[in-house]
Amino acid sequence: MSDLWEGLSQAFWLVVLLDPDLVEITLRSLRVTLTALLIASVIALPLAALLAVRRFRLRRATIAVLNALMGLPPVVVGLVVYVFLSRAGPLGVFGLLFTPTAMIIAQVIIIVPLIASIAHQSLRELWSDYHDLLISMNTTQGQRIRALLWDGRRALLTAALAGFGRAIGEVGAIMVVGGNIDHATRVLTTAIALETGKGEFAMALGLGFVLIGMAVAVNLAIHWVGHTERGGRW
Amino acid sequence: MTELFPLIVEQGTVRRRGKVLVGPVDLRLEGQGVTIVVGPNGAGKTSLLKMLHGIVRLSEGSLRWACAREDAEKRQAFVFQTPVMMRRTVVENIAYPLRLIGVPRKEARARAADWGRRIDLGDALERQAMLLSGGERQKLALARALIRDPKVLFLDEPCASLDGRATREIEEILTEAAQSGTRLIMSTHNMGQAQRLADEVILVIGGRIHEFSPAAEFFAGPQTPQGAAFLRGDIVE
Repeated sequence: MSDLWEGLSQAFWLVVLLDPDLVEITLRSLRVTLTALLIASVIALPLAALLAVRRFRLRRATIAVLNALMGLPPVVVGLVVYVFLSRAGPLGVFGLLFTPTAMIIAQVIIIVPLIASIAHQSLRELWSDYHDLLISMNTTQGQRIRALLWDGRRALLTAALAGFGRAIGEVGAIMVVGGNIDHATRVLTTAIALETGKGEFAMALGLGFVLIGMAVAVNLAIHWVGHTERGGRW
Repeated sequence: MTELFPLIVEQGTVRRRGKVLVGPVDLRLEGQGVTIVVGPNGAGKTSLLKMLHGIVRLSEGSLRWACAREDAEKRQAFVFQTPVMMRRTVVENIAYPLRLIGVPRKEARARAADWGRRIDLGDALERQAMLLSGGERQKLALARALIRDPKVLFLDEPCASLDGRATREIEEILTEAAQSGTRLIMSTHNMGQAQRLADEVILVIGGRIHEFSPAAEFFAGPQTPQGAAFLRGDIVE
């Protein structure tokens, strides 16, 4: 219990005093995760809409695979990305291993199925509402996808936030491909793992509270930007 | 622009999971007036309208417009029994069909706002459409269907579950549309409404057309026993 209080106290002072190391790894965490989230959303949301509106032979199998991939073990993803990016790997020439870019790649792979699956659930329901109307208006497939993405944007925000939550708290994959290098690839989660390994529980807890606070703040900010939960809006 | 009518259906049949929903139907519709489709519940009125509009494809037979199908599809609109409200404001809902054909946003909104005022939704233009009442939703759906000046408008029981006042408002909009040259093809359960609006009547029972005649003749004396029984209010299946 004393560790908990000490952790809270550490978190408080780290934030109040704007500890330079904390600011650096927090900003890196945010940069890596938000970049991964942006790239993953660009891939996953149109994919989810396409799966909702288009009927093709392997559609059900694709959805099943996507749902199954939501449970991808991050460490395995990290390992695969590591193999691809290592010097002997097919993408080794780019020298991306142990860089924030490698961490972004791993996070994108982890959260694309999650965002796409959650988004698909929402868009499938919306499509069942809109189906006859959009067909009767003689819309093209692109127009249908755009209508679903625009009108379903608040539900899609939830999908994106789920992806953000998964990515910001991720440690296994980014530890493998990032290496937790100080001033280069260290982020909040890998720093927590490091402090825990050193037996510095109070510091680890402090960083943990900062991580939680940051996740909550980003969620609130996105809700505020998205105008959700306001009178007369969906 | 080439003529849209006549619409000719030959042996048109729609099946779903082996069950015949419509047909076989032979029908020729000309380009003037208001055609009202009547029949008991489950008779296939909605499926017939959807087949004519093209939402539901024919399983057998043929359906031909006087012009190319793609051209015909662009000049039609459909109003559903339960109006579909897009998750947008009233004005954005009405403007949507214009945006689909590339009308600039500002112009589309201005024209939609005009329509909104015409249907007495001028005060609700910026409200979310999902918050409208049943009658308001149906009026919005009508405005959204009419904003592109369709040559033919299909309506599936547009006044079902509406009160007298809302029904009258809808009928006024429909009469205005018909007078300005829009061909109306509409199903209804309301015989009073059918008498008020119809130029010709189609009686559908069991997915087949049992009677297709001018409204005056149909209501004066149906040509078939099923038509007579339907008008008497007997149960017809």
